[in-house]
Amino acid sequence: MEELVSKALTEENFQQLDRQIEKVQGSKGPLMQVLTQAQKIFGCVPYEVQKHVSERLKVPMSDIYGVVTFYSQFSLIPKGKYVISVCMGTACYVKSAQPILDKISEIIDTKSGETSADGNFTLEATRCIGACGLAPIITVNEDVYGKLEVTDVPGIMEKYKD
Amino acid sequence: MELYRSHILVCGGTGCVSSDSLKIEERFKELIEKNDLKDEAKVVKTGCFGLCEAGPIVIVYPEGAFYSQLKVEDVDTIVAEHLVKGRIVTDLLYKESYQEGEMQSINDVGFYKKQERVALRNCGVINPEVIEEYIAYDGYEALGRVLSEMKPEEVIQIVKDSGLRGRGGGGFPTGLKWEFTAKAEGDQKYIACNADEGDPGAFMDRSVLEGDPHVVIESMAIAGYAVGANKGYVYVRAEYPIAVNRLQIAIDQAKEMGLLGENIFGTDFSFDMEIRLGAGAFVCGEETALIKSIEGKRGMPVPRPPFPAVKGLFDKPTLLNNVETYANIPQIILRGAEWFASIGTEKSKGTKVFALAGKINNTGLLEIPMGTTLREAIYDVGGGIPGGKEFKAVQTGGPSGGCIPAAHIDTPIDYDNLIELGSMMGSGGMIVLDEDNCMVDIARFFLDFTVDESCGKCTPCRDGTKRMLEMLDKIAEGKGTPADLAKLETLAKTIKNASLCGLGQTAPNPVLSTLDFFMDEYEAHVHDKRCPAGVCKALLNYIVIEDKCKKCGICAAKCPVDCISGTKGKTVYHIDTDKCIKCNACLEACPFDAIKKG
Amino acid sequence: MKSLEELRKLRKESLDQVDMRRSGKGTRIVVGMATCGISSGARPVMMALVEEVKKRNLQDVTVTQTGCIGACRLEPMFEVYRTGEEKVTYVHMDAEKAKKVVTEHIVNGKVVSEYTIGAYEK
Repeated sequence: MEELVSKALTEENFQQLDRQIEKVQGSKGPLMQVLTQAQKIFGCVPYEVQKHVSERLKVPMSDIYGVVTFYSQFSLIPKGKYVISVCMGTACYVKSAQPILDKISEIIDTKSGETSADGNFTLEATRCIGACGLAPIITVNEDVYGKLEVTDVPGIMEKYKD
Repeated sequence: MELYRSHILVCGGTGCVSSDSLKIEERFKELIEKNDLKDEAKVVKTGCFGLCEAGPIVIVYPEGAFYSQLKVEDVDTIVAEHLVKGRIVTDLLYKESYQEGEMQSINDVGFYKKQERVALRNCGVINPEVIEEYIAYDGYEALGRVLSEMKPEEVIQIVKDSGLRGRGGGGFPTGLKWEFTAKAEGDQKYIACNADEGDPGAFMDRSVLEGDPHVVIESMAIAGYAVGANKGYVYVRAEYPIAVNRLQIAIDQAKEMGLLGENIFGTDFSFDMEIRLGAGAFVCGEETALIKSIEGKRGMPVPRPPFPAVKGLFDKPTLLNNVETYANIPQIILRGAEWFASIGTEKSKGTKVFALAGKINNTGLLEIPMGTTLREAIYDVGGGIPGGKEFKAVQTGGPSGGCIPAAHIDTPIDYDNLIELGSMMGSGGMIVLDEDNCMVDIARFFLDFTVDESCGKCTPCRDGTKRMLEMLDKIAEGKGTPADLAKLETLAKTIKNASLCGLGQTAPNPVLSTLDFFMDEYEAHVHDKRCPAGVCKALLNYIVIEDKCKKCGICAAKCPVDCISGTKGKTVYHIDTDKCIKCNACLEACPFDAIKKG
Repeated sequence: MKSLEELRKLRKESLDQVDMRRSGKGTRIVVGMATCGISSGARPVMMALVEEVKKRNLQDVTVTQTGCIGACRLEPMFEVYRTGEEKVTYVHMDAEKAKKVVTEHIVNGKVVSEYTIGAYEK
């Protein structure tokens, strides 16, 4: 995992982050915006990135760590190559999203909220993504699979085996 | 000026986009080009039509042909038949819109018939990325009139007279909020829009932002004029990329046309706005937490008073309303407070948008006058429960609301009636539950949500909800005692009374309302160790129905833990309940329905 | 945007481009746009109707298309439906004739009998 983190910490990525910081200079309360960009650029917001942001924005590390760990969109370690999000909004839940989550977890041998040992998959139970007409629904990166049955799951997961 | 003989409206709401509507749009454009129709037919990507169940949806005007559940290859047929030859492809029409060989007007389809669209009036009609289309449907007229012809006090008076109440949850009178902010002292004031729609199963705010983003901009500018603010912030969930993108486009267009910026409509009034993204925290829907989050801090609520109207964003007076509330404002200005007040019930005026989902035929977004009964919403608009199942309850108000049982289905929907039933309006999620849903499990689902989303600042919510969840887990596992039920209720009431913010104060509602209306289900779990709906895994047993078993052995072959024994073709199979992990594989595999759970 | 007048002007211009999407009541002009119609020139007729209706800013008039009306030899043709009146069918149309029908029939309420199917059959 640490290897994955250090891979993301390239000079280029820091420069890209600096450009984003430049953009919000002068606006009020820019920390969240900067962290959102950092999450996008690095795929995570580890200690080194927090420290960098702290120095640039003159915001104490403690505040930054507080914000990063408060919001679910920020993560300290990188996510897997494929992020599988199982919608656990109410509409999906009442239409049996839990067994679908269980099935995926079983196939990729990864618990909900964790990344698989090979770094290929991150399994998440997400909040409502608002496509309740397609419930129950999962997304794998940008791909959307709706109106699922547990029996559809192995076929879908097969596509992401490489 | 460009004129077209056909307009092809393709739904670009999240629901339809998730089922490939963008590819459908592409295919239309491609084929129109190929058939040399590009001067005659125009493809328009709109916001949500509301009937998500039937998505992806395409409407072709002027005929108003309502095509539903399209596949990309269907586009070829529609172009070849409808656009080239002028023959409506009846096989692809939404089934209810084509009856007895006649195409019905969309407004006569059951789903739309009882609706009255105020907040959603442009969704599914205009292209949200083209400001001229919004202007064509009276867009920015209200702002223009307000700035050129009205005093700020007059604007506030209209909003007060209309009886509009906050559409985000509590239902606080909007006009009063405006008045408080206007009267607050401060050299700088702010307008904020709550688009952090966190209730699972509610997506009306997203649909407004996706389908009609300018209405929010116009309305916030009106609010800015009324209370004396020149800067606005829209706080949007990061999970809504399409909405964020369209809102940004809309803001840029408005700036370019001078509808945002300095000296709008040649007056002294200037107003600017920007988007701030949330980062996935439900509590940020609470107004003081939202303000902290815009400031770039942990989104934790602070005690009120002082209210945001006095001390809000960056400690300045701030007016905070939600998206749907704002979406009503321009129409109220244009059509008058009396018109708005004439819709709805005595204390709840106007219409409300609901997101209907769960065990319902027409999943989607509907806007109905306040005072419409739950029955009308669920059966007339929603089309009833699929598969001939029995209606059990409807959950409103998300994690802050409760479950309303079948006995109260004729209740007219308004703020006060829902609260009386132990639920609330919330942002308008409406999840329909049928006989297969276990109410203990539903209560547990919401508690699990609140435990996860509690910000941790105050003890009743942080620790109390956790203890409640543990009790519910115990009950669902068949280990609950009658004393647990009593304790659960006491603790729920304590949390309700002692929590700091609205999230904590309402978190016990799903438990309290199910205890109230579905005590028999709790008791079945506690006394008989039985889950009547067959949901709670620990209380389930899989049994082979002996006279139905054809001794084929398929179940035994499927069983992952080898707990099914028997001899193929000779003996009836038997499940060893102690070893069974309740994975449901045998039940799914059995071709003769010879396995039941119970 | 400097004034309300400027906005209203823009609205008027923009409205023409979208008002097709209102549910149509009033007069309907239905053009036969099957293969037979198109091959004999229904498309320019249709566009001429659309343009003329816009140019004259006629409210509550929708121009729409249909399949084969069933008299291919009379194409291009269209039918005018008005509430409370009998359907009028115009045959052997072209863009010019179509414009005349809009002026005479739709605006002034006088059926252009020489172009109707009745006149042709005689």
